Amino acid sequence: MNLTTALLRLLIFPGLLFAVPAAWFFLWAERKVVAVMQQRIGPPFMQPFFDFMKLIGKDVPSRTGLGGFLVRIWPILSVAAAAGAVGLLPVIPHSGGFAGDLILLLSLLELPSMFIIAAGFSSRSLWGEIGSSREAVMSVSYNVVFLMAVIGIAASQHTFELQALAYSHGSPLRWLGVLAIVVCLPAKLHINPFSITNAEQEIYAGPMTEYAGPDLALWELAHGLEWVASTGLVAALLIPPVTSVWLAAILFVALSFAVVILLSVLAAATARLAIDSSVRFYWQCAVIFAVIGVSSALLMRLKL
Amino acid sequence: MNLWKRLICLSRRKSPWLFHMNSGSCNGCDIELIAALTPRYDAEQLGVKLEASPRHADIICITGPVTRTAVNAIKTVYGQVYGPKAVVAIGSCAASTNAYIDSRVLDGPLDSHIPVDVFVPGCPPRPDSILQGVAKAAEMLSQPAESAPLEGKAQ
Repeated sequence: MNLTTALLRLLIFPGLLFAVPAAWFFLWAERKVVAVMQQRIGPPFMQPFFDFMKLIGKDVPSRTGLGGFLVRIWPILSVAAAAGAVGLLPVIPHSGGFAGDLILLLSLLELPSMFIIAAGFSSRSLWGEIGSSREAVMSVSYNVVFLMAVIGIAASQHTFELQALAYSHGSPLRWLGVLAIVVCLPAKLHINPFSITNAEQEIYAGPMTEYAGPDLALWELAHGLEWVASTGLVAALLIPPVTSVWLAAILFVALSFAVVILLSVLAAATARLAIDSSVRFYWQCAVIFAVIGVSSALLMRLKL
Repeated sequence: MNLWKRLICLSRRKSPWLFHMNSGSCNGCDIELIAALTPRYDAEQLGVKLEASPRHADIICITGPVTRTAVNAIKTVYGQVYGPKAVVAIGSCAASTNAYIDSRVLDGPLDSHIPVDVFVPGCPPRPDSILQGVAKAAEMLSQPAESAPLEGKAQ
């Protein structure tokens, strides 16, 4: 990947120029699906955009010193990490990549969660600290499954390069891995039944309790970009190998949107679980798929 | 007024986020406020979202006749909401202390402590009128700062 393609991928497609409107669109779709499931009309199409603009226009809380600087910097870093993750997605065929970019993508997907933990603690709110510790527990529980699923997919294809992974002919193992990834997404995106970190009303707004105005707007944007990146990862793994750029892009958007609808329906149909139930779900039930995936991928390698 | 400012003013009208606060209400108005957010009235069509943290809110909806113990909490929460903000006093209690007037446990009504932008009278008011009050407050927020509406304007 040379500098031009890297910049094109980061800034235009599937990077910021595409990802920011897509993030708002996915946030709207999530709320709209919940509304439709509750027989409501729901928010207007431009709602996440208006929310963002309103928060940008609110008064800026005065924060001073190192603590204030840290509180300010977390949402910015979060947006940057999520945008970088979107930019790495192998959407366009033969647009370049490098060995091991899957590992970079995984770490960039994980960073916003780390920043949320840091943000809750540095905001010094009691509710922020509770939310952060919950996020840390959730991160430990779903990441076991998530990472094992990704390792299983990568091991079955003998590569850590996204481009090769996305455009190789998938084995049945890939479906198992994708299923395990989809099971982890509600926890990664903090939606029901795993909306334990932000737990609206229960612990006020969790790590975001003290955030206001433009900082909160950046958190909303980072959350939307996380939606694009994590549903995009699933879409990139499911996309059939095509050569046409336009067809690949359209398939990518359609598959991501389908995953968004699936997750939103799940969110609307379920209620929040307690934290011990969620950890038990990931460590006792979901981990079975991941273990089967990884072990069969390794066994197949032995046979080859 | 340039395009950027106009867009932000429009967004303020399109996305009012509420913070709900009870200052010693009998719970009647609180039930009606929640009813306004349910599928039957669907306040989300106006972009309304009930926020858990006062830091996120634009409009504070206060019910109740303001008991002595609630005064400090109201002032604290009012200070925690970042501007531009509006206050909607829901119910006759918040407007005039209603049936509890002259009670020794009260220090009301609401507008003797913080500026109130919209009063929604009723005991309790219907969800429709609460929504109308919220929409009116959002309209006030969308006015540019030069021509801010006078405080205490009745609905």
